[in-house]
Amino acid sequence: MAEQHIPKNTHTTPPMRVKVKILRYNPETDKKPHWETYPVEAQPSDRVLDVLNYIKWYVEPSLTFRRSCGHGICGSDAMMIAGRNRLACKALLRDVVKDGGTLTIEPIRGLKVEKDLLTDMEPFFDAYKAIMPYFINESPPPAGERLQSPEQAERMAHSSNCILCACCTTSCPIFWVNGSYLGPAAIVQAHRFIFDSRDEATNQRLNIMNQNTGVWRCRTAYNCTEACPRDIPITTIIEEVKRAVMYQQS
Amino acid sequence: MHHRFDVLVVGAGGAGLMAALYAAKGGVSVACITKLYPTRSHTGAAQGGIGAALGNVQEDHWEWHMFDTIKGGDYLTDQDAAEVFAKDIIDAVYELEHMGLPFSRTPEGKIAQRKFGGHTREFGKAAVERSCYAQDRTGHMILQTLYQQNVKNGTTFYNEFHVTDLIIEEGRCRGVVAYHYATGEIHTFHAKAVVLAAGGYGRIFKITSNALTLTGDLMSIYYRKGLPLEDMEFYQFHPTGLAKLGILVTEGIRGEGGILRNSEGERFMERYAPTIKDLAPRDIVSRSIITEIREGRGVGPDKDAVHIDLTHLPREVIEGKLAEITDLARTYLGQDPVKDLVAIQPTAHYAMGGIPTDINGLCLSDGAGGSIEGLYAAGEQACVSLHGANRLGTNSLGDLIVFGRRAGTAAAQYARQVEYADMPAAPERESVAMLEALRGASGKESAAVIRRELQESMMNNVGIFRNGPDMARQVEIIADLKDRYRHVSVSDPSRRYNSELIEAMELGFMLDCAEAMTASALNRTESRGAHDREDYPERDDRNWLKHTMAYKNLNKPGEVLIGYKDVALKGYTHAFEPKARVY
Repeated sequence: MAEQHIPKNTHTTPPMRVKVKILRYNPETDKKPHWETYPVEAQPSDRVLDVLNYIKWYVEPSLTFRRSCGHGICGSDAMMIAGRNRLACKALLRDVVKDGGTLTIEPIRGLKVEKDLLTDMEPFFDAYKAIMPYFINESPPPAGERLQSPEQAERMAHSSNCILCACCTTSCPIFWVNGSYLGPAAIVQAHRFIFDSRDEATNQRLNIMNQNTGVWRCRTAYNCTEACPRDIPITTIIEEVKRAVMYQQS
Repeated sequence: MHHRFDVLVVGAGGAGLMAALYAAKGGVSVACITKLYPTRSHTGAAQGGIGAALGNVQEDHWEWHMFDTIKGGDYLTDQDAAEVFAKDIIDAVYELEHMGLPFSRTPEGKIAQRKFGGHTREFGKAAVERSCYAQDRTGHMILQTLYQQNVKNGTTFYNEFHVTDLIIEEGRCRGVVAYHYATGEIHTFHAKAVVLAAGGYGRIFKITSNALTLTGDLMSIYYRKGLPLEDMEFYQFHPTGLAKLGILVTEGIRGEGGILRNSEGERFMERYAPTIKDLAPRDIVSRSIITEIREGRGVGPDKDAVHIDLTHLPREVIEGKLAEITDLARTYLGQDPVKDLVAIQPTAHYAMGGIPTDINGLCLSDGAGGSIEGLYAAGEQACVSLHGANRLGTNSLGDLIVFGRRAGTAAAQYARQVEYADMPAAPERESVAMLEALRGASGKESAAVIRRELQESMMNNVGIFRNGPDMARQVEIIADLKDRYRHVSVSDPSRRYNSELIEAMELGFMLDCAEAMTASALNRTESRGAHDREDYPERDDRNWLKHTMAYKNLNKPGEVLIGYKDVALKGYTHAFEPKARVY
C-alpha cells in the first residue's frame, strides 16, 4: 500500500521495507518518552517526510511533527534521523536506512519536547533575537540602492542562506549542556550582518559575540557544519567571527 | 483569552510582514497572527526574483512593465492596479535594499537583474532584464529581511495560531477568532482593522509547488460568510516543477538561458512562441509541455515530463546564480544540472484569484462597489486584480511588497479614524462548535483519504486543460467529498498540538476553495490565460472580459452563485486595448 500514497521519483526501483522507530511522547498521557515502531514499505527515493506523512495519514494519526514546504526551504521539520540532525524533507530514505533495516527518528536535542517530534522553539528564537538580527544603517539612504560589489555581497552569501531550522544549534554539545550559549545559528546570523559592507552596527554585534554566551563557547566540534541542510560552513563562519572579535579587541 | 490591537495582520509571509511594518508606521498598535512561525512562510520558497523596471542592466520603463503585466494577464488584469504596481515596485525594491536585503550585484555594485518569462522591452519586442534577484533564493531573502525588520520594530507575533473565523457584523470587521495550536485554547482578537495575508491553496492539487500548509483557510472563511471569491478559475500551473514531486524549479533557469527539450531533444518552444521561445509566460509554456507529452514526446518512465537543459551554461552560473535548484535537482532526482538534463513537469503553483479588493486592499463584498469596512487583504490570498488570467513570473513577490504596503497603510489610516466597534456577545461560538465537532469525531471517513481523492480529481478534471463534462463531474465529486467530510474521524482527543484536528479543519477549507474554483471554471465558457477550455478554445472578449465573483449560496448547500465585476480597462495615465496575445 505504501507506494500508492507516496509520490514516486522518476527512477523506478523496487520498494524498500523498513521499520521506522519513532521516539514518541504526549505529556497529556505519557510519563516519559517511549519508542514506537511502524513497518513501512516505501520507495528508496522517498523523503523521510513522505514516510512520516504516510504513518500519520494512514496508520497513526496522532503522530505529531512540524512540516510545511516539503523541500528544505522553510526549516520546519528538523529532527534527529538515524542519529544525525536533518530536515525530514531533505533526507531520502535510501540515504538513511538499508532495505530491511530500522530507521530511528527522534526530536532535536536541547529544546523541550512538547509532543512527539515537536519541540519548543522559543529559546532558539530568543537566541536569534539577542544578536540584533536586523540591518542597521541610520544614515539617509540614497534615492537608488546602496552600492555593494559582487565580492562584498559574496562575503555574506553563506550566512544569509540560513533558514533557522535549528539543525546546527541542537547538534552542538556545548548547547546541550549550556542552554545560555547563543549557539551556531545565532552566530551565523550575526556573521550575516557583521560581514555586510552596508551595516553600521558591527561593533555592537561583536560585543555580543564576545560575551560569555557568545563565540568563545564554541569548541569546534564541527557537529553544526555536518548537520546543516544548507551546506553552510558553519564552523568556518564561527571562526571568522572569532577572528573579527579578536581584531576588534586588540 | 481576549486580545485587542488597532490593526491585526493574519499571515506572516511577504504581504503580511510588509503590512505589519506599514501599519506600525501609521502609529497604531499592531499584531501579526500566523499558523506557522514567520520564517516558515512560503514566500521563502520563491526563487527567481522580483520584477521592477530599474534599468540596471538594460533600458527599461515602468510603462513596459505595466503593459507586460496586462498582456500576461490576457487583458483581465485591472489596469489601474497594474499601473500603480509597475510604478510603486521600483521604489519598493530600493526600499527592500535599504532594509538590507542581500541582492546579487552587477559589476558596478547595483542590484543585479535577469530575464524572466513575459517581461519584454518596447511592448513585446524582446526579452528584457527586469527580475531583481538574490541568487535563486530571492523569496528567502525577502522573507528573512522583512521578518528581521519586524523584530527590529517590535511587532507582536502570535505564532502557531490558526484563524478559525472572521467577525463581521453590519458590514464591518471587528476582529478574528483563532485556535492556539500549543494549547487548544480559543483566542479572540478584537481589532479596528484586519489585514488578511495568509497565502494560497495549491494543496487542493496532487502535484503542487505549494507547502503542505497552503490550504486556503481565510479564503474559505470569507466564502462561508456568503462573500465573494474573485476569478477562482484562474490558477497558474508553473511549467517547471521537479518531475513527480512538483517542487518549484525557478523560471530563472530559462532567464539564464535554460532550454526546454522534448524526448527528441527538440527545443519545442520555438514552435509555440517564436519570438521569446522558452521565455513565454507560464500558461503558454505549461500548455506547450502538456501538448508535447500528449503527443508522445514526453520523457521519464511514464513519459509524463520533459527536460530542462542547462548543460550548455558554465558551471559557475549553474552553481552560483542557480544554486538552490541545482541542490534540489541533485537531492531529489539525482540529476546534476551541470551535466544532466533535468526532468520537469507543470506543477500547481499560484492562485490569480482570491478575496476581491480595491487598489488599497479593502475587501469587496460584491461586484458593484460594496466593501467590508475595516477588512483588508493582500498577496496571493487577495485579488486586486493585478495578475488577471495569468501571472507573470516575479510579479508575485512584487505584489506582496506593493499591495502589502498599501493594505497596511490603509488599515492603519482607518484604525486611526475610528473607535473599536463592539464585538458580538460570543464571537467564538461558531469556532468552538466547529472544533468540538471535529475533536474526537468518531466518523468512519479518513481526512487523508478524502484529501487524496480531492487532490487527484482536481488535477484530472480542473487542471491545465479543462472541459465541461469533466468539470461537471468534478462538481459532483466535490459535493460527495463534502458529504463524506461530515463523517470524518479525528482519533486524537488531545488539546495540545493536535495536528490531526488541524489537518481535518484545513481539509474543510480546501473543499470550499475547490468548490468555488470548479464552479467558476465551469461557468466561464471561453479560454483566457491559465483557464483553457478544450470545448471553448477561443478568448471571447464580447462575453467574458469580466471578472467572476463566486458566492456560496448560504440557503442551499453546495450551490455556487456566480456574479461578475467589470475589468478596469484603463489605468490612471495609460490604457492598453485588448489585443490577440502572441509572443
